[in-house]
Amino acid sequence: MKILVTVKRIPDPVEPPKFAGGQIDTSSAKWVQNEFDEYAIETALRLAEVGGGTERLAEVVVVSVCPATKREHVTNFLAMGANRAIVVDADDTQLDAQSVAQLIAAVFRKEGADLLVSGKLSQDNESNEVSQRVAGLLDLPQATFAASVVWDRSANALQVAREVEDGVETKRVPLPAVLSVDLRIVLPTSVKNGATPEGHPYPDKPRLASLRGITMAKTKKVDVLKPADLGVSVGAKVVSRGVVAPPKRQAGKIVASVEELVEKLATEAKVL
Amino acid sequence: MSNVLVVVEIGDGKLRAHSLPGITAGAQLAAALGGELHLLVLGAAPQAAAEGIAAAGYGAKTVHVGAHAELEPFTAEAWADAIVAAARSLGVAAIGGTATSTLRDALPRAAAVLDAPLAPEVTAIKGPRVFGREVSAGRAIAEIALEGDVVCFTARASEFAPAQPGAAATVAALAGISAAKRGATVLSIEKTQSARPALTEAKVVVSGGRGMREGANFKVLEELTDLLGGALGASRAATDAGMVPADLQVGQTGKVVAPNLYFAVAISGAIQHLAGMKNSKVIVAINKNGEEPIFQIADYGLVAKWEDTLPRLVELVRARKG
Repeated sequence: MKILVTVKRIPDPVEPPKFAGGQIDTSSAKWVQNEFDEYAIETALRLAEVGGGTERLAEVVVVSVCPATKREHVTNFLAMGANRAIVVDADDTQLDAQSVAQLIAAVFRKEGADLLVSGKLSQDNESNEVSQRVAGLLDLPQATFAASVVWDRSANALQVAREVEDGVETKRVPLPAVLSVDLRIVLPTSVKNGATPEGHPYPDKPRLASLRGITMAKTKKVDVLKPADLGVSVGAKVVSRGVVAPPKRQAGKIVASVEELVEKLATEAKVL
Repeated sequence: MSNVLVVVEIGDGKLRAHSLPGITAGAQLAAALGGELHLLVLGAAPQAAAEGIAAAGYGAKTVHVGAHAELEPFTAEAWADAIVAAARSLGVAAIGGTATSTLRDALPRAAAVLDAPLAPEVTAIKGPRVFGREVSAGRAIAEIALEGDVVCFTARASEFAPAQPGAAATVAALAGISAAKRGATVLSIEKTQSARPALTEAKVVVSGGRGMREGANFKVLEELTDLLGGALGASRAATDAGMVPADLQVGQTGKVVAPNLYFAVAISGAIQHLAGMKNSKVIVAINKNGEEPIFQIADYGLVAKWEDTLPRLVELVRARKG
């Protein structure tokens, strides 16, 4: 079993975006891993490991499309416990979702992977499309926005609870497949592989890298590939025409009492 | 061709209300492109539903019917097949619809097969193949232009008015649709039972946050919600803590709402929550800590504990509603 996990680098979402020349100015940005991809690596590790033991049921390979020299986010995922990494050396800021999906699909094929796990969206572009595109390009089944996943190893399939418009859908997909994860995938009992004991004390968030993990990460294998090595010619059919700050919403008034609030809502805002 | 195809969803044999804003976006795009609006209805046997939709028209020229046993229940795999087949046989310039979990799942898959770009969760149609959308948790608005013979879009429901009935449209069957689930099966769909309007369609939304402490405390919010005929919402902190179901979450990673009136009760106003509600017309914040960021965007702020104020608020609203 081989699990591929994607990670995207994004400008630190805690910092408000800066604007210059009609675009978002990332020249002084601190780049960090996308939070939803942290959920993805946590999902992959919980599928692969036997909680409390050292046995592994699957190899976890991290893949990122980014400049080869700017891959701290990849190292972080190796420190969390991934076995090795593949970096597709390209200027990710100049690629659209289809190009990124083509690169990831090519890596998936090259590796003969069984499962792709991705965060459902990146916090910068919020486009929520790359994993679905990869599934389409590979002609594989997909389970998106997963809130929980059970790996049925005897049937070589995943059973996934997905958050949909007005409730929860349970979908079963045979492997190989593509999985995109939502935030509730990291709750303590959301990922089951049939080998980790029930009640294993998983935290309710992605794990922190241990000191040993951080040391080990430096010794783990990182393959660097060019898009051309994968036979993909990249580009972008999505062109930015400019990015601006939204109109600022004015802070309103502080009212002194419930009575005043109801009065204002009725006579001033006219919404009651 | 310069026509626009909007994929709509049906339930209980009728058009689902959440598809209406996507039709409006499609009509605006068709006008920008100088083409016609067409609708696509998919299902195992959607003919009757399609005829009902065509009778109301919604500004469309034709309602296309894609019938195939594999299209029900919904799977992205089978729907993407049908969308690709429809796009190719109709030769449209754009395909889209409301950004629901259905199209978010299926449309990017279809776009990949068509080698088409996608503008997700657009908030405005700016021109032919030019769209406005929010990025970075609503802290920036991007304008993007898509290139290619066919482009895709999903429209944020809160930013487009529901399409209105108009002159009747014609109905046409799409021949030779193939659709396959790639081995996937839908085992169950557990719908959240609620007599209230859908969060994304409600005129009033009452949301509670971490400060509500436990699910039972949402009862007073539900009373206010029902008096106002609104929908109940929650912050991520409240849904993560299991106080209320996850599908009530308002925010960047939950539902995006823009009601006439939004109550944020015991919600601090994290960026990801603001991204889901800051376009509401009137925002009321009730929080015991006056320093919380929610007060920076609220039209009316009340610095007080919910325990001390909500029962009285319910009482006053009830008196007013008579």
